[in-house]
Amino acid sequence: MTSPQKPILRVENICKTLGGKEILKSVSLSLYKGELKVLIGPSGAGKSTFLQCINFLIPPDKGRVWLEETEIQSRRKRDLYAFRQQVGMIFQDFNLFDHLNALENVAIALRKVKKMSRQAARDHAVAELERVGLGDKITLYPAELSGGQKQRVSIARALAMDPKIMLLDEPTSALDPELIGEVLSVIRDLAKGGMTMILATHQIGFTRSLADEVLFMENGSIIEQGSPEDLLSQDASSRTRDFCCRLNELYEESV
Amino acid sequence: MDTIFFTDQLIPALNRGLVMSIKLIIPSGLIGLMLGIVVGTLRTFGHSAVRKAANAYATVFRGTPLVVQLFLLYFGLPNIGIYLDAYTAAVIGFILCSGAYHSEYIRGSLLSIKKGQFLAAQSMGFSTFKAMFYIIVPQAIRRALPGCGNEIIYLIKYSSLAYIITCIELTGEGKIIATRTFRYTEVFLVIGFYYLVLVTMASLGLQKLEKRLTIPGFGKA
Repeated sequence: MTSPQKPILRVENICKTLGGKEILKSVSLSLYKGELKVLIGPSGAGKSTFLQCINFLIPPDKGRVWLEETEIQSRRKRDLYAFRQQVGMIFQDFNLFDHLNALENVAIALRKVKKMSRQAARDHAVAELERVGLGDKITLYPAELSGGQKQRVSIARALAMDPKIMLLDEPTSALDPELIGEVLSVIRDLAKGGMTMILATHQIGFTRSLADEVLFMENGSIIEQGSPEDLLSQDASSRTRDFCCRLNELYEESV
Repeated sequence: MDTIFFTDQLIPALNRGLVMSIKLIIPSGLIGLMLGIVVGTLRTFGHSAVRKAANAYATVFRGTPLVVQLFLLYFGLPNIGIYLDAYTAAVIGFILCSGAYHSEYIRGSLLSIKKGQFLAAQSMGFSTFKAMFYIIVPQAIRRALPGCGNEIIYLIKYSSLAYIITCIELTGEGKIIATRTFRYTEVFLVIGFYYLVLVTMASLGLQKLEKRLTIPGFGKA
């Protein structure tokens, strides 16, 4: 989806070296409202680091980030915290707060960061949990939930902050195969609802059907980008397609 | 064995001492624990200067005998114009000493909290302080509780050192009577029993607290 409008998120020339190894080599992207960009690539390519550099969970060595025309001054804590509230993040291993139940997991940032009243935060949290199909699980603690349920709570938790964009870092990679579907279906609903997202994933089928653009990352750079048709169709001769075929072979071997 | 010695002399004196012991233990235990949480957090996540200062504090107070600390607080500080009464000096000494030990338990448990917890909080706009206060420390306290409880039990017993700087508590009262009557065996058996009861009550309380703070599955993964 290319549109004449201005990007909602613009990232320019992000570089990051960790422990002497160059993880990101000047990565840039522009993300438009309602768009779903899918980031694929072998592990170690720098996908997670890139996503975490976007909201400065990992401070990039170099590079600039704009949200709706405003450049983020990551050194100004107040600006940084305000920016992060507008960027939802989903982690591979969920990172639910282990000492809080599902409801509190969603409500705590509403209360402590957004300063909502206890009741308003609760109502909002319940609504978000219902939206991901967990209205009957709100009093359960993370250890009492399945992986798929945990990931759905974490999506509800991010959505509750009413973010402008979402960064999803391999949200299904830590899940048992039979639990992947429930999480993907929540993400699919989000995409159809117009949520702007960057999704790092190995789910090729999902990518093919929903991505607006595919970014293939390897060794710290985006080396290919284009529509899923261009990169993933039968007759495409792209690195992306090679990688996906390899993934499929591996998957079939293991089944 | 004359019961009058017990009923008229020993028990009333020990009860008086017990009250003083409790007055020493409760504020020292509570404030010491809070100090330990703050210092443990600073030792783990503080900026380098703060961390060094907090580490130095822990090294000094874990590395020197409590008696030495009490003597310096009570007999040493007047040299620089600070006069503390015996009770205050004892409480301060206990707080500083147990805070140093608590900080070690807290530090260990903070290090065991997965980094993802902090990342998730940050990603939602929590400041570092808020993430610590609402997410990390509450989890760390739960993990540190058995260790901290142990330290509180130690505190109950080392509160007996207060009598050395003339704050006459349970052991002090007993020792006065023992010296006067030379009935050390009876007196110290009874004192030992008093401490045993105190420690048992504290253990039960701590167990209850642990149970109350229990979260299904927490810390078992």
